[in-house]
Amino acid sequence: MVRLDKRAADAIVWLLLLTAPFWMQWIGGYTELGSRVLVMALAAMSVNFLLGFTGVLSFGHAAYFGLGAYGCAMTIKYLVPSTPLGMVIGIIVGTAGAAIIGALIVHLRGIYFAMVTIAFGQVFYFITFRWNDVTGGDDGLTDWSRMPLDFGFAKLDILHNAEAFYYVILFFFAVALALMALLLRSPFGRTLLAIRENERRARFLGIPVDRHIWLSFVISCAFASLAGTLYALLNNFVDPRALRWDLSGTFVIMAVLGGMRSFWGPLVGAVIFVVLQDYVSSETENWESFIGLFFVLIVLFFPRGVLGMIRRKAAP
Amino acid sequence: MTQLILFNVFNGLIVGAFYALMALGLSLILNLSGVINFAHGGFLAIGGYIAYVLIPFIGFWGALLVAPFLTAFIGLIVERVLIRRLYGRDPLYSLLLTFGLAYIIEDGTRFIWGAQSMPYQVPDWLMQPLSVEYFFLTGYRVFMVLLVGVAVAGLFLILTRTRLGMRIRAGTLDLETVSVLGVNVRLLRNLNFGLGIYLAGLAGVLAAGMLGLQPVIGTSLIMPSFVTIIVGGLGSLPGTLLGGLLIGVASGVTTVFFPSATEAVIYVMMGLVLLVRPRGLLGEEGRF
Repeated sequence: MVRLDKRAADAIVWLLLLTAPFWMQWIGGYTELGSRVLVMALAAMSVNFLLGFTGVLSFGHAAYFGLGAYGCAMTIKYLVPSTPLGMVIGIIVGTAGAAIIGALIVHLRGIYFAMVTIAFGQVFYFITFRWNDVTGGDDGLTDWSRMPLDFGFAKLDILHNAEAFYYVILFFFAVALALMALLLRSPFGRTLLAIRENERRARFLGIPVDRHIWLSFVISCAFASLAGTLYALLNNFVDPRALRWDLSGTFVIMAVLGGMRSFWGPLVGAVIFVVLQDYVSSETENWESFIGLFFVLIVLFFPRGVLGMIRRKAAP
Repeated sequence: MTQLILFNVFNGLIVGAFYALMALGLSLILNLSGVINFAHGGFLAIGGYIAYVLIPFIGFWGALLVAPFLTAFIGLIVERVLIRRLYGRDPLYSLLLTFGLAYIIEDGTRFIWGAQSMPYQVPDWLMQPLSVEYFFLTGYRVFMVLLVGVAVAGLFLILTRTRLGMRIRAGTLDLETVSVLGVNVRLLRNLNFGLGIYLAGLAGVLAAGMLGLQPVIGTSLIMPSFVTIIVGGLGSLPGTLLGGLLIGVASGVTTVFFPSATEAVIYVMMGLVLLVRPRGLLGEEGRF
């Protein structure tokens, strides 16, 4: 197999994403499905920032994803009907939650860390589930919708124009990815890789490991809550399932399926997972069994993920 | 008011006993094999449904005896076929695999028996209140607490008095050395997994009589079991027992004063414990 130049691969990915609304119909997709792929991919990439590039397994990212979603939805519904403000507040809420929880758990490692993130993920689930008056409880938060974007000189109606909203999501997706790539290339990002490869050695070199892991956790959750705000806007609706543990598992499996060690891996995983879920859940009521089976098969036969396997084959 | 508080404390004690029973099984598997068994709640549900199927034929007492063993047997097979391959790999993989299993089991039980709660026959005389004054004290509830106590005592006897238990404890400390000393580690892990699943199955048979038998019964108990382990201290079985009772009673008492925080309170407790003692109440420094 010919190895693609890295830059060429990047260009192809962006080209495909930019033109997606035009070719999706031909293969049986629809624009909203594309938007969903982008949102899920962003969430999976945020998980991968921790999992793939810091070597820390968080199994509770749905909590911060959901906090972002609720922060955004509640701002638009109760405070100011403004999409950008909703997003800003959503991200602040999600990141603040992560900063507090992160401080509690940052000195734990390995499975212990994973278990505590799973358990803490549930706090926010129960709060939104039980606090009926404000969050709408199990029925979710309805009666609000994303607002047109007002640039001063022009208005963009993202509510009725699915393509326009796809490009808005793509814009934020691109900004987030650029930031992530920049961070990973910076000395900070290199330090995270060092921690992933050998934590003890990193510590001996005088790197404040706990502080780096905390920062990485908070940054990763900030991206997750950005994805959450977009998710709420995309559905014009949010319910407690947006922050339940099964969604956390979905993020992780998307990252693993695509390939944890590669930057584009989670996007590939998200494409496969979201399209498959869309297809299976329209065909059968027992789609949960299929998803479960999917998890088992990936772990047994594709532990390196799609990109990991391609890369391994390409290497001499 | 006193009666209300007493009722909820006792109720919390029962629920806590379930958390502990489940968490003990989880801990056994986690300590020896480093696997977070997300499907533990699923095995609990399987235990309940097996008992449900068996009760018409062999009665409640027969099912109570047989169902946990059948559940453990399924656990042995699952370990043999699926989980064994993942030992020594990143714990991420076993977590994802059991996560998928949990999905399959929940959906599978829903497919076979439906989503609604199943009628579950418990002997009538057990359902009678023990006293007129304390109406809540049905025999079944007291019986459950007693049985959980017996199970926990039995587990600790197995762990401290039998050869298998000794090897499990030794393996928890240093599996490599145990292996070098000639113990069949694969078998040890297999049996240990079965022992953990047995406890889940037992909890399932008992819980079905109180919480109602439905596919989500396991899912609703798995998260508190994680909290139980974390509060009690990873690696410490007495800690797990203590943690279960503690969070059970805490959520019971919270139900009286602040009902909407019943679930959230245990996570607040977990946060507090982690703040003061990052290793959990009885956890040892340096493990995990």
